[in-house]
Amino acid sequence: METPILDIHRLSKQYTIGTTKERYLSIRDVIAGYWKRLRQQEQQRKIWALEDINLKVYPGETLGIIGRNGAGKSTFLKVISKITPPTKGRIIARGRVASLLEVGTGFHPELTGRENIFLNGAILGLRRLEIKQKFDEIVDFSGVEQFIDTPLKHYSSGMQLRLAFAVAAHLEPEILLIDEVLAVGDAQFQKKCLGKMNEVSQSGRTILFVSHDMAAVLKLCQRSILLDQGKIIADGATEAIVQQYLQQLDENAQIDIVQRKDRKGKGELQFVNIALLNADGQGVENIFCGQTVTIALTLKNHQSTPIKNVRIDLGIDNYRKERIAWLSTEMVLATSLQFLAKEEKIVYFKLPKFPFAPGSYALTLYTEANGSVLDWLDDAFYFTVEAGNFYPSGKLPPAKQGTFLLNYSINT
Amino acid sequence: MKAKPFSTAFRIIKQLQYLKITLRQINIVVKTTKNILYTITPPRQFSLQLKELWQFRELFYFFSWRDIKVKYKQTLLGFLWAILQPLIMMSIFILFFAKSLKLSTDGIPPAIFYYSGLLLWNLFSAGISNAGNSMISHAGIIKKVYFPRLIIPLSSVLTACFDFLMALFVFFFILLYYYFTLDFSFAVGSFFLYLFFGLSLSILTAFGAGTLLASLNVKYRDFRYIIPFLVQFLFFVTPVIYPISVVADERLAYLLALNPMTGAIQLMRASFTNVPIDPVLLGISVTAAILIFMLGIFNFKRTEAYFADLA
Repeated sequence: METPILDIHRLSKQYTIGTTKERYLSIRDVIAGYWKRLRQQEQQRKIWALEDINLKVYPGETLGIIGRNGAGKSTFLKVISKITPPTKGRIIARGRVASLLEVGTGFHPELTGRENIFLNGAILGLRRLEIKQKFDEIVDFSGVEQFIDTPLKHYSSGMQLRLAFAVAAHLEPEILLIDEVLAVGDAQFQKKCLGKMNEVSQSGRTILFVSHDMAAVLKLCQRSILLDQGKIIADGATEAIVQQYLQQLDENAQIDIVQRKDRKGKGELQFVNIALLNADGQGVENIFCGQTVTIALTLKNHQSTPIKNVRIDLGIDNYRKERIAWLSTEMVLATSLQFLAKEEKIVYFKLPKFPFAPGSYALTLYTEANGSVLDWLDDAFYFTVEAGNFYPSGKLPPAKQGTFLLNYSINT
Repeated sequence: MKAKPFSTAFRIIKQLQYLKITLRQINIVVKTTKNILYTITPPRQFSLQLKELWQFRELFYFFSWRDIKVKYKQTLLGFLWAILQPLIMMSIFILFFAKSLKLSTDGIPPAIFYYSGLLLWNLFSAGISNAGNSMISHAGIIKKVYFPRLIIPLSSVLTACFDFLMALFVFFFILLYYYFTLDFSFAVGSFFLYLFFGLSLSILTAFGAGTLLASLNVKYRDFRYIIPFLVQFLFFVTPVIYPISVVADERLAYLLALNPMTGAIQLMRASFTNVPIDPVLLGISVTAAILIFMLGIFNFKRTEAYFADLA
């Protein structure tokens, strides 16, 4: 039997709400808090960000960690990399842990590229000698040789990112933690990252990979775990776990958005329902590309005064969590919306000939009035676009050949 | 009877096998317990973890190096600023306090008197303000990478030491000028000894108070406003512009000695004056410094695990 390189035993992490939500306290708040507790014996609300996690990871494994937003994925990686302590349980690590959630950590804009490589390397736990040995390799990988003695503030953001990744990629830890790093940078850079990750996993090192990009998880990981509300609810072959995750997302979409707790904004005006309608006005679950689709948003004014100058935005993300489209009442409507006292109104966004390639997408809902956020709900709704008759031929571009379908004609 | 040797042999073989099994079990246990790089558990007992601090010693150097480098980047005068500040302050003090107000300097030439006080005071005030705000300015790193957090306030104080060294260099020139040109004589050997102790006391205090403020600042941001105020307050209760001998009431002098910088500056000036150091006063200062240091480290270590959640 092999020895696990990472042995996690009954790991739990508790947050007290108040320390996580309010970013910091002032003495006044503390005194006020004591007073309150004295008077009302009020119980502070505690949540388990991680609960009873048992996991063994073996050397050379590439483990995918998937789950919805707030499932505890990032907290999990933070506990493993010793940034924040667990409340209960134990982790035994048999190798150096480094994480790509640290890309560019400690970069200083006033220092040159060369100086930043040394500084960043030292922060990530490399010895000065090690950095010296790998210096040329790092510069080579980053492709910023010409600017290596220029202060970082003159770099483009892409160059900074490349330099940061180059340092992180040369850490050579036994255990590498990666959190959504592929969501940043251009396509070419993402390819480079994926390539490097493949190389790392083939050299027998262990990777823990957190991502919303199911395609990347399927490609890189043999085994995955599914986290939900801080617990591991499934552990096994990636295909099965991804299936389960997608199913979970579908179920989540059925949940009434009124009950969602993870919303931001003042809440005077709230989204209370969302529905997809086909051309006949019937509710549908999936969309066929080329169809006429209407997104119907129901909003309710909870106040007994009218709300004027209401703006409603709709963001659409692809499965890589990239924003691919943004719709707003402000773009189309000549006058702004108004909600009367206690009024409930349905706003229809009509999209003729739906132009998205097949895949899964998430909707983010946002509304504001007079500059203050009223309601903001990330990933309020997931929907799947299925192959449909967008083009007269009934054919569609092959997979991974673009997100959008364009209308065009060809003449000879 | 014949069966006996057999059975003995049998027993021995059996025992050997048993031994082999236990050996293998031991081996497994050894295998699983060795190679453990580290174990993560909820924080329990208080420990300084000096070994770990030593492992990360290079980071010390890098943080201080970065701070010094960044501090003087894109400045015309660069390191000269470290010298100009105390020199200008010294000139102002001579002009106003020594020449106009005729304040006592315990018989020390005003230039030496004020400069020696400013040397340690600047080290201390820069040290505690840097260290006190260091955890906040490093919040981004704290939330993303693990390393012993103590490195951050430590290297902040170290950065302040750099400016001190630059200014000290100028102090030597001032002393040489007074020694040779103006015939101001003092015991050179005891000067270095007193300098060493005064400096140690200042660094100990700056570090203790700095770490204490740093850990409090993470949790209560009020300290962001308290620190500048505190530094200003301390300046007036530290004998920088006046000698402690002007405080006639002995009890008040001892109260002032609770501020360890009082003792430190006394030591710094001891070799230039005939006024002897009050051992009780020095004792109070040293004890206070040690207590502040211990309290600072203790509070920091006790709360450091949660910095990432609060920062």
